[in-house]
Amino acid sequence: MNIIVCIKQVPDTTEVKINPQTGTLIREGVPSIMNPDDKGGLEFALQLKDQYGAHVTVITMGLPQADAILREALAMGVDRAILLTDRKLGGADSLATSSSLAGALRTMDYDLIVTGRQAIDGDTAQVGPQIAEHLDIPQVSYLEALEFDGQKTFTLRKQTEDGYQVLQVDAPCLVTVLASAVKPRYMNVRGIVEAYDREVEVWGADRIDVAEDKIGKTGSPTSVMKAFPKSLKPAGETLEVSPEEAVEIIVGKLKERHII
Amino acid sequence: MDISQYKDVYVFVEQRDGAVQSVGLELLGKARQLADTLNEKVVAILLGKNIADKAQGLIAAGADRVLVVDDDRLKTYLTEPYAEAVSQIIREQSPSIFLLGATVIGRDLAPRVSARIGTGLTADCTQLEIGDKGELLMTRPAFGGNLMATILCKNHRPQMSTVRPGVMQKATADGSRKGEVVNYNIAFDDEKISRVRLVEEVKECKCVADISEAKLIVSGGRGAGTKDGFDKLRALAAEIGAEVGASRAMVDAGVIDHCAQVGQTGKTVRPELYLACGISGAIQHLAGMEESEYIVAINKDKFAPIFSVADLGIVGDMHKIVPLLTERIKSLRK
Repeated sequence: MNIIVCIKQVPDTTEVKINPQTGTLIREGVPSIMNPDDKGGLEFALQLKDQYGAHVTVITMGLPQADAILREALAMGVDRAILLTDRKLGGADSLATSSSLAGALRTMDYDLIVTGRQAIDGDTAQVGPQIAEHLDIPQVSYLEALEFDGQKTFTLRKQTEDGYQVLQVDAPCLVTVLASAVKPRYMNVRGIVEAYDREVEVWGADRIDVAEDKIGKTGSPTSVMKAFPKSLKPAGETLEVSPEEAVEIIVGKLKERHII
Repeated sequence: MDISQYKDVYVFVEQRDGAVQSVGLELLGKARQLADTLNEKVVAILLGKNIADKAQGLIAAGADRVLVVDDDRLKTYLTEPYAEAVSQIIREQSPSIFLLGATVIGRDLAPRVSARIGTGLTADCTQLEIGDKGELLMTRPAFGGNLMATILCKNHRPQMSTVRPGVMQKATADGSRKGEVVNYNIAFDDEKISRVRLVEEVKECKCVADISEAKLIVSGGRGAGTKDGFDKLRALAAEIGAEVGASRAMVDAGVIDHCAQVGQTGKTVRPELYLACGISGAIQHLAGMEESEYIVAINKDKFAPIFSVADLGIVGDMHKIVPLLTERIKSLRK
């Protein structure tokens, strides 16, 4: 079984800054991590590898420094790592990103494609289902658990708003995974040492199977008109009082507002 | 693409087990405003089995037309039959704007449809307005709520957007509104649909009510700590008729069910009262509750970020204050 996991390097969302001139994000100097949902997805893939001897590939689209999360994935136990990086792919919205990744995936063999549910920098949850559509394969999003029959059928548990669904789907398919569903393994020491000697394949836009007008800025239907800091409402009063006084103050306010 | 050929504001109205979800009505309220600005119509898409009787309620909530697709394949939400129905409607009707709820269903369906149609999609919008040229300005939080971004979809139609439940306001239902109900036929691809098979569907939510619709919320975080802390919150909630919410930490710790989670990855709420107990106020949590009408925060740490959005902040121990508060309110009732 061939599994491909799509991962993304994301900035730590607590330390993001913005360029006021261009309205674009300044990624330099911000700590970067492997997106948590993607790491959950990677763990699912590695568990299938442990059980069934699957071949696991990770791919990321990003800047050259995204190499770091591919090394981390190698140290966790993946077999192959691909960095898709090219100026032509830059400035992509979710649709152009999904077209680019689908273009790469089209050139490879896969039974299962795994993505995180969403990335913490955008929270859109769009790229996974969009890849599945481009490749014309079924998707199961919000995956919590997965079993494989050893042949070609997956039995999947999908989170819903008020419970879960159990679904069956045949390979090839795409799943999007919740970080909370699984605890990712640590990198092992030998893996860490070896990861720096192993090859990370670097692919450019000429290596993937997609029309030029579907990638980068040209392939992006949406664009950011402006970005601005969030305005918080002015803070109210904060009091340091005894519990008894606190109760009287709260009761007073609730009465004032006809809540009690 | 000649975008001038595209008009009207379409809304995907989600139903589950035949019950129209509140977010659909909220979107109709917003769609009505957008359509009035554009001098266009609001069209609701209602998919399911035996759901035609729900159409009139959508007209009362702001729709001019309701397209009903009544089919066994649509009884329970699955990606492919829903994507086929919605994509076919969009291709045939050419809407200018298409709105969906950012629920688990909407966030599964919308990207699939956007890729099929080849148009842009903006997730989790908190503000939708019409710009000078009649374009849709879609504003959403980005980077974990650190920034707001206004997104345009200039040359593609429809302009697609998802909106989280609880963000937009429903219009007051107007039973005298007139509208048209259309039974819509879809050519399904059964071979494609059969690729995903539903084995079973389990409802296990322990929450009695949908917290995004609660008028009063008593919510607990790490400072509430344990089940014991939440019992104190439940006692207070029962006394004032509130629902109990929680921060993500408490859901991850298994103290309370996931459907009670307020915040970026949980529910968005805007109740009349949000009483935050032992919640420090991570930006992801604030994103889900800062629009509440009145916020009271109780926290031991006077530097907790929750105090920056609270109307009334109390530096103190919720384990002491909450039971006293419950008793005090109880005694007032007598």
